[in-house]
Amino acid sequence: MEEALARAREAEESPVGRGIIEELQANVALAKEEAIPVCQDTGMAIVYVELGQDVHITGGNLYLAIDEGVRQGYEQGYLRKSIVADPLRRENTGDNTPAFIRVQVVPGDKLRIHLLPKGGGSENVSRLAMLKPAQGVAGVKKFVLETLDLAGGNACPPYLVGVGIGGTFDECAFLAKRALMREVGRPNPQEHLARLEEELLEAINDLGIGPQGFGGRQTALAVHVESLPTHIACLPVAVNLSCHALRHRSREV
Amino acid sequence: MLKITTPLTDETVCKLRTGDRVLLSGTVYTARDAAHARFMEAFERGEDLPFPLEGAVIYYVGPAPAKPGRVIGSAGPTTSGRMDVYTPALLERGLKGMIGKGSRSRQVREAITAAKAVYFAATGGAAALLAKCIMETEIIAYPELGPEAVRRLEVRDLPLTVVNDIYGGDLYEEGRKRYARL
Repeated sequence: MEEALARAREAEESPVGRGIIEELQANVALAKEEAIPVCQDTGMAIVYVELGQDVHITGGNLYLAIDEGVRQGYEQGYLRKSIVADPLRRENTGDNTPAFIRVQVVPGDKLRIHLLPKGGGSENVSRLAMLKPAQGVAGVKKFVLETLDLAGGNACPPYLVGVGIGGTFDECAFLAKRALMREVGRPNPQEHLARLEEELLEAINDLGIGPQGFGGRQTALAVHVESLPTHIACLPVAVNLSCHALRHRSREV
Repeated sequence: MLKITTPLTDETVCKLRTGDRVLLSGTVYTARDAAHARFMEAFERGEDLPFPLEGAVIYYVGPAPAKPGRVIGSAGPTTSGRMDVYTPALLERGLKGMIGKGSRSRQVREAITAAKAVYFAATGGAAALLAKCIMETEIIAYPELGPEAVRRLEVRDLPLTVVNDIYGGDLYEEGRKRYARL
């Protein structure tokens, strides 16, 4: 993300926009030096586990262990506790649990854990639509651009844009989130999707939103598209945005 | 860069124009969604808010916890639009400034003009830098809300950008128009 910001600093045409990117770079440097968060919204703990089918977990419950890790990490790291126990009653759980965990069984004997502490602001501007197959790639583009248009400067651009296409209603939303876990700017290995990523990035940056929404060319740093097979009647598309403070780590054990 | 201090007066606010960069010093109060809901309940009961609204500036922020020996943790702005539904009632009662990020509703922009108030953006995600400008902090209400408690902050030279001024300007609209390619 730091390299992407440096590239954006060079590419930005707006002097105000360049100033903002420089401020963000200085912020990252200060946060590193003082070992404090770049953003106060240290997120909800999104945890994606790739569990090798030959792995046998003993000594306790995997989900509870992850929650315990989140509890300790957020306390010892002086991170903000941003989770309410009930979406309507809205009492803070006080330790940032529960984590939002998804486990997928994969071949092998390794356990790979991806952690994506995700802020609320960029989650709030994310959207999903069930398009008609006739709308095709044009419909997908239109929906993605509409989403960015509505987000405007609200969710801390320059953004990373995760797009899910296909699957089911629920799988599609997760695809968009998983797209954010890819190394920033690495294209989709499928050529037609890589081309779509490029076209979307250009169209998004033509919206003029710019860093912090003050106007400029660098609205998104990258677009990542992921796809899945889907039903003959369906064309789901989901857009999950991340702010410039994308934080993502993976560990294999 | 213009230096301004709280409480904000008509004289100060009249000088501010959309796009201006300013450095703000003095007292600001933190409030997010949950605190704003409590403010409305207080109004309904005919009670005062935990701080004087006349000339006041509210910062939409839920700071990260302070490391030992620090005043406060990282403290950047949250999205202001979520507070739009509550804002006109506060502006009617003397609120003069708001600090956040992102655009405001038409109703809020009209209320800003009517109340001679100002809406500033702080750079979203520059939370470590912004925390450096906070010299003192104290929870003054609703401690049970955790990061959403109302805090009094003493700030020095907090860097802000004027988004909505009293003349109807809007930096998000103007900035985007300048760079959009259709």
